[in-house]
Amino acid sequence: MNSSLRLRAGLVSIALLAAFLGIWHLATRSTAPVTTMSPEYAKLMGLTATQGKSAMPGPLDVGAKLWDHLKRPFYDNGPNDKGLGIQLAYSIARVGTGYLLAVLVAIPLGFLIGMSPLLSKALDPFIQVLKPISPLAWMPLALYTIKDSSVSAIFVIFICSIWPMLLNTVFGVASVRKEWINVARTLEVGTIRRAFTVILPAAAPTILTGMRISIGIAWLVIVAAEMLVGGTGIGYFVWNEWNNLSITNVIIAILLIGIVGMLLDQILARFTRMVTFPE
Amino acid sequence: MTDKFVSIEGIAKRYPGAGGATTTIFENLWLSMARGEFCCVIGHSGCGKTTVLNILAGLDAPSEGAVIVDGQAISGTSLDRAVIFQSHALLPWRTVLGNVAYAVSSKWRSWDRAKVKAHAQTFIDLVGLTGSEYKRPSELSGGMKQRVGIARALSITPKMMLMDEPFSALDALTRGTLQDEVRRICLETGQTAFMITHDVDEAIYLADKIFLMTNGPGAVLAEVVENPLPRDRARTDLHRHPLYYALRNHIIDFLVARSKTFVAETPDHDPRNVPLVHIGKPGLTIASGSEEQRQTWTPGTNPGLSA
Repeated sequence: MNSSLRLRAGLVSIALLAAFLGIWHLATRSTAPVTTMSPEYAKLMGLTATQGKSAMPGPLDVGAKLWDHLKRPFYDNGPNDKGLGIQLAYSIARVGTGYLLAVLVAIPLGFLIGMSPLLSKALDPFIQVLKPISPLAWMPLALYTIKDSSVSAIFVIFICSIWPMLLNTVFGVASVRKEWINVARTLEVGTIRRAFTVILPAAAPTILTGMRISIGIAWLVIVAAEMLVGGTGIGYFVWNEWNNLSITNVIIAILLIGIVGMLLDQILARFTRMVTFPE
Repeated sequence: MTDKFVSIEGIAKRYPGAGGATTTIFENLWLSMARGEFCCVIGHSGCGKTTVLNILAGLDAPSEGAVIVDGQAISGTSLDRAVIFQSHALLPWRTVLGNVAYAVSSKWRSWDRAKVKAHAQTFIDLVGLTGSEYKRPSELSGGMKQRVGIARALSITPKMMLMDEPFSALDALTRGTLQDEVRRICLETGQTAFMITHDVDEAIYLADKIFLMTNGPGAVLAEVVENPLPRDRARTDLHRHPLYYALRNHIIDFLVARSKTFVAETPDHDPRNVPLVHIGKPGLTIASGSEEQRQTWTPGTNPGLSA
């Protein structure tokens, strides 16, 4: 039953993909009649004018170009021509650095706030104001103070991924069941040991959920941030290829951004499952 | 009372109510227990039984008064007083052994892993969970979870055990088995135990003394009933004891009727000298208290008999 459901779902997925690719192919093939013009003029106008070819690449063009990229993911021909592997590695490194810094700040701070009603009340207005600020709004301030575009991008990732983790840690720590705390209290377990042996394992699933939301947001924001700061990264690649009018490369980048985002989410989902306990 | 192992001295619990008023759950409550005694508290919901237990455990602080255990006023929780929680309160991410070992290593911090494990294993065996050491609480039945709770409480070899309706969430069969176990363990180890229950038969089976509390707010300890049944009572012939029904009816009468009216009908009730009731022949039974009160529980006039 379960396996047959999975099989049927897989078949439907493949059918949908095939239909999408088919429609895409039909929609972008050459339709207009070939116009006759002098060969020099035709060269200037390109295939779109001469053969009625759609400006939008078809799936076959994208596939061929993707294959080219996959064959040579790490080539480096200077600042404006690097392999996709290199661009993705830059983006992942920025996200990783900003995100890890956010983990290091958000989880201990969330623990403090969650365990102290005073801090919770005192810091609440700041969090409420800072949380809804678009991370990119920090960019000019970061560029001005840090004076390094690459570090500024990392800062933007840091500031966007801190809030879900912080709020989930606070919530997870504050809502640890009273009875578990009471068990630790009757056993005269000290505050530090209680934090690590009762509160941390009890709040871990909630904290990991926050971390999973954060990595998703960080990956969303890095593309926009790299479009702004430029130089390297998948976001810069997208903007650069747009300036080159290479829609094929833009589509490939979109596809890869989606795949990497999914992988990052799956990794965090696996960690979440590891710390989740059945009751 | 000659040997006051536990002495609750004039405690009160008040909460701030609406509009600056305070709600008094109970006040001027005096109660004492001897070493090795098994005491049960019976009363309706809201009379502050759990608050008394939490104060004894140190989880809650009284608004007034003090609690003295083994000659020392308590302040906060202590490894000397183990609590068995109603909801078992096992840590779900730890195994059975892990839960018991957590308590053991909390008491003896310097012990190495093997020593902790061996000690925890002894108590897992004691409650009959041998073979389930590496199961997680979610894999256990309600009765088994409560056994782990008991093993965890016993493993720290406390001076007294505090139980807050430990069996109320269990089915009747499991409850019976666990009552037997708790009784056996408490008798074997000479444990002093304080238990809250709603179950009259549970109190009769387990307790040496039964504390009857009136309805809250403003609850008082109305009577201390001494259990007339012999110490080596057995579940199977409990109800054949000549004083069983007299005792049972006395408690049920209290819960049905007198718990509501006690405060109004007994204006001269002295909370420091709560009447100690011996169930026996009519007329010889109440150590102190008025004549009319004695009549209410006399077996002949008892509505509880037919129930």
